[in-house]
Formats: sequence, structure tokens, C-alpha cells
Amino acid sequence: MLDIAIQKTLRTGKRSFQLNVQLQSASQHTVLFGQSGAGKSLTLKAIAGLMTPDSGHIRLGGRLLFSQPGGVNLAPQARQLGYLFQDYALFPHLTVRQNVAFGLVRGWLNPRTRAQYDEVEHWLHSFGLAAMAQQLPGELSGGQRQRVALARALVAKPRALLLDEPFAALDPALRHDMRQTLLALLAQVQIPLLLITHDEQDVALFGQQVFELRDGQAHAANLATFTEATPRHD
Amino acid sequence: MDTVWVALALSLKVAGLATLLAALSGVATGFVLARGRFPGRDVLDTLLTLPMVLPPTVLGYYLLVLLGRQGALGGWLQAQWGINLIFSWQGAVIAAAVVAFPLVFKPARAAFEAVDGQLEQAAQVLGISRLAVFFRITLPLAWRGILAGILLAFARALGEFGATLMVAGSIPGKTQTLSIAVYEAVQAGQDDVANLLVGVISAVCITVLLAAGYLAPGRLAQR
Repeated sequence: MLDIAIQKTLRTGKRSFQLNVQLQSASQHTVLFGQSGAGKSLTLKAIAGLMTPDSGHIRLGGRLLFSQPGGVNLAPQARQLGYLFQDYALFPHLTVRQNVAFGLVRGWLNPRTRAQYDEVEHWLHSFGLAAMAQQLPGELSGGQRQRVALARALVAKPRALLLDEPFAALDPALRHDMRQTLLALLAQVQIPLLLITHDEQDVALFGQQVFELRDGQAHAANLATFTEATPRHD
Repeated sequence: MDTVWVALALSLKVAGLATLLAALSGVATGFVLARGRFPGRDVLDTLLTLPMVLPPTVLGYYLLVLLGRQGALGGWLQAQWGINLIFSWQGAVIAAAVVAFPLVFKPARAAFEAVDGQLEQAAQVLGISRLAVFFRITLPLAWRGILAGILLAFARALGEFGATLMVAGSIPGKTQTLSIAVYEAVQAGQDDVANLLVGVISAVCITVLLAAGYLAPGRLAQR
């Protein structure tokens, strides 16, 4: 399913960071766990094509996305992945409906405010967003924004979904409900997931296979050591 | 009184075309300097801002040296295409465009830098090409700041005097713009003409400034 071996050296001033991630996962749901600064987001960006590793390869669902020795480096546009950004990255000048329809329209113009696409209406309804389809993202709550971002990613029928700390931007009191909501929504779509998080409860709930990232290195971890019952304070 | 309307029409033509040139080049340069990472970026920014600070006569002199028959660019234009920009209204357009350029370029760069790069990345992951991302995400989000700069550039181009006089001279009906006509009228003691010219140009500038203030970022919530 997922086969990654990438190296990247980042330098800012005199400090440098070595990312050296090697992992293989055969599971539908893979979780990458680690503290902030361990290289989780960097790994996710490399898979999405937003960061080019110095060397190595990335294979996802049987497709070669990147191979430094093979000279393969698919553009982010060609990777057909869904990416849920930590703060959702909704387009602030477009309505909820336009945001969801964004990936369906390829030209230089954004989808029209009133444009109706069957897929868009389907996701708006199944995510409970139909009532706010004409609103701007700035008028929505955190949970609603997350659902818009998820709908926007799923409309394009991605081959896999990358989730960057999906609950970190939410109020702790909301997190529990949102986890259940997201699980229920994801159950509607059978799609491979890669989730990165620093929260053990996310691991317990979403992971089928889990890797821990420490100082830019990935280690296979035992899922049983992560429990939903032990709430941690961030 | 005919001179007034001839001069006004010429001024609007020159300032309009100069603003168009400054807008296109200013937006493009602002984007490159906001997003590009290359050595000499700060030096380039300083050089491109220079027309805002240099005395217009100095700028006009530089342009004369560059565009004149003996100049590097002027000589080539003359030899290759038979084009002479000196003492022509096209020369006035170039002079006004150079003077107005930093007024577009500076706010455009700031506006592009204020656009969250993650939004552009999100659009790319959704399958949208870089060029389309620019027109669908980057430009709409930076537009308000750019438009305010364009209006200021228009006001500046309309009031251009020094560089225009050096490059294009003061030929009535050909290169004599409003601001130059004011000078000529006062020199010739035609107070009634001068009064009318000054009134017209003041009204136009006030209108443009009001529009720019209305569009400036922060006045209206962008989100």
C-alpha cells in the first residue's frame, strides 16, 4: 500500500535537520505518530509532492510517485491525493460550495457561485453542509470547516487521503465528538488513509498500523501501547 | 479654452497607458520578488524602488540617455524599427510608467506576500496548474492591495511633470500634458487658463485618491 524511503537535509542558518524516513505499511489506515518537529509534516508534504526529497522513493497504492534514482517526480497535480491541512486551508474568498467544487474545474476561473455539480451536492448533503453552501469559510465553526475541507478533498476522488493533525486546531472539548464524526464520515468512503498526529488518542482510534517518528527517523510501533482511555495534556 | 481639453485628453491617454504598463510590469515583478528566492533580491528591490525617490529630472535624464538616438535602447529602436521615442507622446508614456511603476510594484509585492502559501499548495494538490492557481487564488486574494497601488500609480502618472518634460518636451497638442500646460500657462501669464487647468487636475486627483483609500487593505474586511 505505502512504501516510503526518503532522505532530505534541511538547513536554516547553522542548524540542520535530517529527515530519513523508511516505512512500509500494508494497512488501509496508517498513522505516523511523533512530537512536533519530528518531521511528520515534512513526510506528508513529500508524499503530496509539495516537498522534493534529496533521494529515495515513494510508492503509494502500487503507483510510483517519486524515485530519485529513477528520475520520477510526479507533480502534486498528478498525484491525485486528498490532503487535509491542519488549519484546513479553505479558500477564504470562495463560498463553501465553490470550495468543494474547486478541484472539479480545471481552467483559469473558479467555479461559479451557483454552479451545481452532482458530486458536490452529494458531499454537501452527506456532510451536513447544504444549509451553509453559500457562506464563506470565515463564517463557519471549526468543525464545519473541517468537513468542508474533507468534502473538498474527497470530491476529486483521490487515491489516498493525507490528514495533517486533523484535530489539533480544534477546541479540546470538541475533539472527542469530531473524532467520532470523522470516523463515521470516513467509513462512508473506502479510501487509504495516512494520518499524522502527536496525540495518542488519534493513534488508538484511527491506526491499523502505526509508526513513530523521532528526530527524522521512523520506527515501527506497537498499536497496543496507544490507548484511547489515557487522555494526555498537550 | 480648447488647449485645456486637448491637454486633458492627452493627459488621460498618457496616464492611462502608463498605468497599464506599470500595472502589468509591477504585478509581475511584485509576484517574482514575493515568491522568488534568489541572490540579489534586496538589491533588485532597491533599484526598482528608485524611481519613487529620485528627482524626476534625474530620472528623465537617465531615460534620455537610454532612449535617445545615441542611447543603447534608443539607438537600437531607431536602427531596427525606425522608432524615435524622444519628443513623442509615447515617450511621455514611458516616462510616466517608470515613475509610477514603484507605486504598483511595492504594494503588489506586499499583497502577494500576505497570501498564505498553504492555500496555493492546497489548490495544487487538488490538481490545479500553477498558472491557474495564480489566477484563481493568489491574484483574487492580493487584488485589493494591488488595485489601490494601481490607482495611486494613475494619480502619479497624471501629475507627472519633470521626467515627462525632459523626455517628451512640451509640444501643444502632442506632448503637452495637463501638468505641463499649467506651467506654460503660468509662465505666459494666462491666469484664467491656469485656474481651469488646476481645477480640473485637482478634481481628477481627489477622485482617484478617494477611490484608492476606499480600496486600500484594511478599510474593508477581506475575509
